[in-house]
Amino acid sequence: MFHYLAQRLATILPTLFFVSVLIFGLQQLLPGDPALILAGEDNDPTVIAHLRSTMHLDEPFPVRYAYWAGGVLKGDLGESQRIKKPVLDLILEKLPVTLELACIAMVIALVIGVTAGVISAIAKDSVWDYAANIVALWGLSTPNFWLGIMMILLFSVTLGWLPASGYVSPFEDLRGNLAAMIMPAFVLGNAIAAVLMRHTRSAMLQVLSSDYVRTARAKGLDERVVVIKHALRNALIPIITLGALEFGTLLSGAVLTEQVFSIPGFGKLIVDAVFNRDYAVVQGVVMFTATAYIALNLCADVGYFLANPRLRG
Amino acid sequence: MRACSWMSRLALLLLATFAAASGAQTLRFGLAEDPDVLDPTLARTFVGRVVFAALCDKLFDIDEKLNIVPQLATGYEWSADSKALTIKVRPGVTFHDGEKLDAAAVKYNIERHKTMAGSNRRGELAPVASVDVVDPMTVRLNLSAPFAPLLAQLADRAGMMVSPKAAQEAGDKFGVKPVCSGPFRFVERVAQDRIVLERYPNYWDKGSIFLDKVVYTPIVDATVRLANLKSGQLDLIERMAPSDVAGLKSDSRFKIAKITEIGYQGITINVGKSDLAQKNPLGKDARVREAFELALDREGIVQVVMEGEATVGNQWVAPDNAYYAKNMPVPKRDVARAKALLTEAGVSNPSFTLVTPTTSDAQKIAQVVQAMVKEAGFDVKIQSTEFATSLDMADKGQFEAYVLAWSGRADPDGNIYSFDACKQPLNYAGYCKTDVDEILTRSRTAREKAERQKAYDQLAAIALKDRPIVYLFHRHWLWAFTTKLSGFRTIPDGLVRVQGLKLN
Repeated sequence: MFHYLAQRLATILPTLFFVSVLIFGLQQLLPGDPALILAGEDNDPTVIAHLRSTMHLDEPFPVRYAYWAGGVLKGDLGESQRIKKPVLDLILEKLPVTLELACIAMVIALVIGVTAGVISAIAKDSVWDYAANIVALWGLSTPNFWLGIMMILLFSVTLGWLPASGYVSPFEDLRGNLAAMIMPAFVLGNAIAAVLMRHTRSAMLQVLSSDYVRTARAKGLDERVVVIKHALRNALIPIITLGALEFGTLLSGAVLTEQVFSIPGFGKLIVDAVFNRDYAVVQGVVMFTATAYIALNLCADVGYFLANPRLRG
Repeated sequence: MRACSWMSRLALLLLATFAAASGAQTLRFGLAEDPDVLDPTLARTFVGRVVFAALCDKLFDIDEKLNIVPQLATGYEWSADSKALTIKVRPGVTFHDGEKLDAAAVKYNIERHKTMAGSNRRGELAPVASVDVVDPMTVRLNLSAPFAPLLAQLADRAGMMVSPKAAQEAGDKFGVKPVCSGPFRFVERVAQDRIVLERYPNYWDKGSIFLDKVVYTPIVDATVRLANLKSGQLDLIERMAPSDVAGLKSDSRFKIAKITEIGYQGITINVGKSDLAQKNPLGKDARVREAFELALDREGIVQVVMEGEATVGNQWVAPDNAYYAKNMPVPKRDVARAKALLTEAGVSNPSFTLVTPTTSDAQKIAQVVQAMVKEAGFDVKIQSTEFATSLDMADKGQFEAYVLAWSGRADPDGNIYSFDACKQPLNYAGYCKTDVDEILTRSRTAREKAERQKAYDQLAAIALKDRPIVYLFHRHWLWAFTTKLSGFRTIPDGLVRVQGLKLN
C-alpha cells in the first residue's frame, strides 16, 4: 500500500509542476498587455509602470514564474489586481455556488435523461421512443444562452413565478435559493439530459437483448423487475461514468449560463478575469481546479486499489 | 395582568418592526458591469463611479448643465495669478467611521491621491504642487501652473474624500471596505453578485435621503437586465439597450430617462503613432481623411447603430455643450466631393483596416462605416478583436483606424488634452503639432470661459481638419425604472445621484 501511494505521489508532483508551467506559460501567450487593460481608460503611464512592477511583468518569464510558484507553495494564490481581494477568498466564495448549480443540474439531467432513455428503449420504435428522441435532439441543439433568456422571459417576466437572475445563499433563504437555481440548473441539465438519454437508450437496448434478461423473463419475472432490477442496473454503469465526466465539465463549463442568470460562480469569475487580464485570478482558479482534479483522481485510484484485491499483488 | 401587558408590549414591538420593515426603502439597482476596486484613489472604471455616487461625496459636484456646484466644499476662491485655489470645507461633515472632515482630512486625501502607489488620480491632480491647511476648515491647493479643469477634477474621483484614519489602517486594502462620507455607507460586497450600501444616519444632508438601502447587482446582458426590471427583481437599471426603448415605452409600469453623454464615439486614425501611418493613404494624407469623413452620414449611423438614441456630433464635446466650437459645425455627407478629394490625392480606391473591439456597438459602427465609405471608393477591412487586445494594438500603433469610445469628463479638457497633445497617454493617433500643443495649454491655463472658448474654437479649426479622430456621435445615457421611483435626475456624466430618490 505504502509503495503504491508513494508511486502515485511521485507521478503527481511532476504533473502538478507541468500543469503550473502550462497554466502560467499559456497565459503569457494571451494577446494584450495586462497592465494596459488594468490601468483603465486613463492609460496613466505611472499607473501602468506600477502595475508592471507589482505584477512582475518587467521580469523575465522564469523569474515571474518563480514569484508565482513560490506563493502557491506557501498557499498564497495572489491577489486580484482588479478588486484587490485575495484569489483564494474569491475561489472559496464562488466554489460552493458552482458546486450547488452543478449538483442540481446533474440531478435534473439524470432524472430526465435516464427516465427518457429507459422509456424509449423498452418502447422501441413506438410514439414514446420518437417523442423522447425528438426531445433529446432538441435538448442537444438548443443553445444554453437562448434557452436561458427564453425561460427568463416566460417564467420571470410573463408569469412572474421565478426570479429572473441572481443568487441567494441556501443558508440565508432556502426557498429563494432554489427559486434562483431552478432555471439555470434546468438549462444546464437539459443538454446533459439529452446525452444521457441517448446513452441510456443504447445501453438499455443492448442489455435488454442479452441472455440473462431473456432468462429472467423466461423465469416469469414481472417486466418491471426485469427492466429496473436486472437491465437498468447493468446499463447504468456506462451512464455513471458518463455522468461523472459531464459533472466535471459542468464545474468549468457553466460560463454562459452563469452569465445569463448572473450567478456569481466559477465560470463568471474566470471569464471576467480573462477579459480583464487579471492574471492572478486566472492562474489561481485554473491551478485550483487542476489540483482538485488530480487530488480526486488520486482518491479514485486509491479507492480502486483498496477495492480490487488483484491490484495489491 | 402581567402576562397581558407583556403580550401587548410584544404586539407593539412586532407592529413597530413590521412597520419599519414595510417602510424600509431598498433601491435595487442593476449595473451593466461589476465595478473594480472601491477605492477612489485606485478606481478606474466608469461603473465604479456609479457606486461612488452614493458612497463617497466629493468636494464639488456637477449639475444637469455641467455647472460646478459645491458638495463637501462650501465655496472656493482662485488667487489672482490662478495658481492657488482656496477651498472652504463644509462644517459638520463626518465620515462613516465617525471621524470629522476638516482641512487636514482634505489635505490628507489630496496627498493620498497624488502619492499612493498605483494611484489613478495622480495625472488628474498633476498641477497640484502642494496643499496648505489655512485654518481648520480652509485648505489651499497650490498649483505649479494655472489649471482650469481642476474644479471639474475635484467634482469627480479626485475630489472624493475618504476617512484618513480608515485609509491609514487599511493601506491598499481600503477598497475592500471603503469608509467615505457619502449618504450611504458600505455594508458588503460579493464580487460579481452584489454591493450593498445602507443609509448613513449622520449624513450632512440627510434631509435629501429617503432610501434606506441600495443594492447594486451587476448584470452584463442588457436583455437580462431589462427582464429583471420587468419581473420586479430590480427597481432601476442603467445603460438599457436602445433597441429596448420602444418596447418599454408602451409599458405603463416603467419610465425611461435619458440624457446625452459627455463622452463620444469616434474613429481614431493612426496619423503618426507608428510607421503604419505613412504606409496607408488614410494616415498619410489629410485629404483622404477629409474624403473619409465626407463619405459618412452620421444621422444614418445613429439610426442604424443606436436606433436614434444618440446625438450626432463632430467634436470632442456634444453640440449642446457650452464649449462646442460653433465655427466647425457637423459636416453634411458629400460623396461627390469625397470622390473628388480622393482623385486629387491620387488614390481613387484607398484601402485600410478598421480595428474594432468586439462590443456590439463598435462592431455595428464598423460595419455601417464600411458600407457608407465604400460608395466614395474606400475599401475598408474590419478586424474585430477582443477589447484588451485592441487596446494593446492601439497603444503600440498596430492599427490604421480604430473604433474607440470615451466615457467623457465634465470639463472639455478631459476629452481632448490627452488625445491631441503630443505624446500624451491617450494620443493613440500619434498626433503632434506645436501650435495645437500651445492652444491646448492655453485652453487649460485660462480661467475665463470666453478665453477658453476662443482657444477651443482655434483648436477645432486645426484638429478637426487634421482629423486624428473622426468624431461620430454622443450616446444617450438610458435608464429605466419603476414608476414607484421618483426624484430621478439625469446628469450628463451618467451617474445616478441618490439624493432625492424615493420609492413610493
